[in-house]
Amino acid sequence: MTDIAWIDKALSAARPQAVAALLRYFRDLDTAEEAFQEASLRALKNWPKNGPPRDPTAWLIFVGRNSGIDTIRKLSRQTELPPEDQISDLDDSEADMAERLDNADYRDDVLRLLFVCCHPDLPATQQIAVALRIVSGLSVKQISRAFIVSESAMEQRITRAKARIAKADVPFEAPGPVERAERFAVVAAMVYLVFNEGYSATGDEAPARAPLCEEAIRLARLLLRLFPAEPEMMGLLALMLLQHSRMPARFDADGHIVLLEEQDRTLWNRQMINEGLALIDKAMRHRAPGPYQVQAAIAALHARAARPEDTDWTGIDQLYATLEIMQPSPVITLNRSVAIAKLHGAAEALATIEPLAPKLESYFNFHGVRGAYLMQLGRKNEAREAFDKAIALANSAAEAAHIRIHLDRLMQDGGKSPEPVAAEK
Amino acid sequence: MQYAILCYNHEEITSAWTKEEDDLCMKQLLAVQEPLKKQGKLGPVARLLPTSAATTLRKTRDEPIIIDGPFAETKEQLLGFYVVDVESLDEALDIARDLAKANLAMGSYEIRPIQLFIPNGTS
Repeated sequence: MTDIAWIDKALSAARPQAVAALLRYFRDLDTAEEAFQEASLRALKNWPKNGPPRDPTAWLIFVGRNSGIDTIRKLSRQTELPPEDQISDLDDSEADMAERLDNADYRDDVLRLLFVCCHPDLPATQQIAVALRIVSGLSVKQISRAFIVSESAMEQRITRAKARIAKADVPFEAPGPVERAERFAVVAAMVYLVFNEGYSATGDEAPARAPLCEEAIRLARLLLRLFPAEPEMMGLLALMLLQHSRMPARFDADGHIVLLEEQDRTLWNRQMINEGLALIDKAMRHRAPGPYQVQAAIAALHARAARPEDTDWTGIDQLYATLEIMQPSPVITLNRSVAIAKLHGAAEALATIEPLAPKLESYFNFHGVRGAYLMQLGRKNEAREAFDKAIALANSAAEAAHIRIHLDRLMQDGGKSPEPVAAEK
Repeated sequence: MQYAILCYNHEEITSAWTKEEDDLCMKQLLAVQEPLKKQGKLGPVARLLPTSAATTLRKTRDEPIIIDGPFAETKEQLLGFYVVDVESLDEALDIARDLAKANLAMGSYEIRPIQLFIPNGTS
């Protein structure tokens, strides 16, 4: 890796902590971002010459803070600027900074920075876009590609979102335990949204969006490093790693969805699975279960099955039952019905989901799953109707194509019993 | 003399590598390992998962305390290690130099003489 490539990686790794700390100093997002930008430029000039600093993050915060102060001075035209070499001479101060800036200082800064991005007035997609821009440092171009909108539209969206955030009144004191827990939950939800933006992409969109999954995993790792004893963050990171581990097997060569049961499990990423399983073990020790941990445990039971027929459906059914109590939602019941179908047959699964119809009428997966059960029960005409509804409601061409495969089979022989679409969850 | 070569780096950088970068790095490191293995100089090699997956047990006068995370909060983390059997410190340093060159990242290599080595858990 060249110097420049390495510096690039180091800058993007340091960015969340550095921008977060600079936000605490300047209490203004634009100033913090500009200061980081300036520090990055100096790093590109300085590091190849002097070698990388021992603690790149501390270096960037230190230089960024000085440059931000310069800018403020320049604007108020009060004092003359100090010569640049005076600021860049960090030999003594760097070690001192590194000592003072340990994780305890960073953690609330980073949490605050992510939390301000989750402003409740902003729609979820804008929260994600602004977090990717400010915290992760993705370019507007990269973000617009992931969201399939024009660059100028995304630019506008982010500018507007940032203006909203700037007016938000998030206190800069260290939060109390209750407040910290609340921020943590909001931020975790946003991180999972980022992941799902990547994970739910299908077909042609998938390659452009896959980096969102990796970005979410990176953010969760960062949060877990800062808050190492949070079982729900362990659960969330495990959940995302276990789901993302299947990425290489989720689509066929034509970009069509491959169902969990039909995936080539040798393509699953073992390293991610191992990391996910280790995190679940760690989380369980805390005996403080939460929705992310339970979902991760479900994903783990899939990951542990070498062949689809080895899947512990009883365990999955019990975990879904737990999740239904923690977070009652018709979608969770719908997903649970897949385990019920495996354990007790399609008739019982169908009986489980029929009462959900009023709430899930406009949800494509509901009709897809329902169609699959009807088909297994040999009720072909009703199955076809359900699949038609699912196609009409599909969010992407790949989802629609997937339902069409079921329909095709239904037309041809009507005999095979394909797995319900929700099996992926 | 046996040495452990302990590899330290910023894990937030190495764990953000793309698959291509990671594969390339592993391929280049393997190319360094291969001749050492042929010469019978290479012992176990391990790459560790991120420290966020680590758990630490700390002995106290009462029950041991179990802490989430690595033993020490450091700027660079222990990411893996090699065991080598070589004639001299210089030879171990040469290996570390080759590994450093093959590695995509910056980072540090601690060369630490081994006092006791029990490959299979029994002596």
